[in-house]
Amino acid sequence: MKHEKNGIVLTEEQRRRRRRRSVALAIVLGVVVILFYAVTIVKLGPQVMNRPL
Amino acid sequence: MSLVTNSMPSDRTDSLGGADAFPGHADVADYFALLKPRVMSLVVFTALVGLVRGPEALHPVLAFTALLCIAIGAGAAGALNMWWDADIDAMMTRTRGRPIPAGRVEPGEALAFGLVLASASVLVLGLAVGLVAAGLLAFTIFFYAVIYTMWLKRRTAQNIVIGGAAGALPPMIGWAATTGSIGVESVLLFLIIFFWTPPHFWALALLRAPEYARAGVPMLPVVAGAEETRKQILIYAAILAPLGVAPALLGFAGIAYGVISAALGGLFLLLAWQVYRRRGSAAEAAARRLFGFSVLYLFLLFAVLLVEAIAR
Repeated sequence: MKHEKNGIVLTEEQRRRRRRRSVALAIVLGVVVILFYAVTIVKLGPQVMNRPL
Repeated sequence: MSLVTNSMPSDRTDSLGGADAFPGHADVADYFALLKPRVMSLVVFTALVGLVRGPEALHPVLAFTALLCIAIGAGAAGALNMWWDADIDAMMTRTRGRPIPAGRVEPGEALAFGLVLASASVLVLGLAVGLVAAGLLAFTIFFYAVIYTMWLKRRTAQNIVIGGAAGALPPMIGWAATTGSIGVESVLLFLIIFFWTPPHFWALALLRAPEYARAGVPMLPVVAGAEETRKQILIYAAILAPLGVAPALLGFAGIAYGVISAALGGLFLLLAWQVYRRRGSAAEAAARRLFGFSVLYLFLLFAVLLVEAIAR
């Protein structure tokens, strides 16, 4: 990691690690969304969509 | 002689760092390592047994959610443990490669990681599965991270005896996820792991006593000596062997479990006796054998309970 005039410049290894962290976070968020959807359907059933507005 | 170190977390990691250290730029594998995946796998396995042995069936999606929350909660407790213990981890060969002492993860990152995962796992378990299970998970994380790691580990030779309760709770959480209560069978599973923990860890501590002494951790062999530790291992093994058979004797488990648990308990007791009697290099070999067998013992006991539950 170098401090240059244009700010901090990451090394190639640091870029690679940041990319892998980003991909892992995206996967975790996707799994959480699917999990919450499935749990909602299981706990409330199809009636979850049938409620007065 | 006080073996307690009083340094604060902020001044523990000054000398930490490694050749491949990129503080603040850790790899995904480093965050995964903070969760102590090997401990997590045993936690998930014992929680699964508690879940399937429960008298009521849980919907597969909710069962999966419960196991996921228990796994993440256990991992969070592991991350908090590594945050607090970074200084002593750096002094022991077994643990100096961990992400914080190696300089790959900042202590503050590990603390935030652990706290966020602990809160999320308890919240989701409470909302999706049940409040009793969520309460037990919260208590388990608190017990491991605060009572064991921050309080007992550096202060008393009974650290892993009392702290072992945290590792023994997962089957109760699994059971509570299905029933919303705590049953006698789940208490039995708790007791089996609780009495298994001391001989398991003390067998390892006999082999690693100099390292624990150097790190200032008052493990039993360091404080009371190898002789006393061998005696205590035998006492706990003598309690564990009949306790392991108890689920069959009380009618909670089948004949297969009764026969297998009796045979395994007998072998555990025999190995503990060898640890107690042998000296010198033979004693070291006996402790190593007992440590290895103790992992197999617990795994087989719970595997038979799992198979019986699936087969019935």
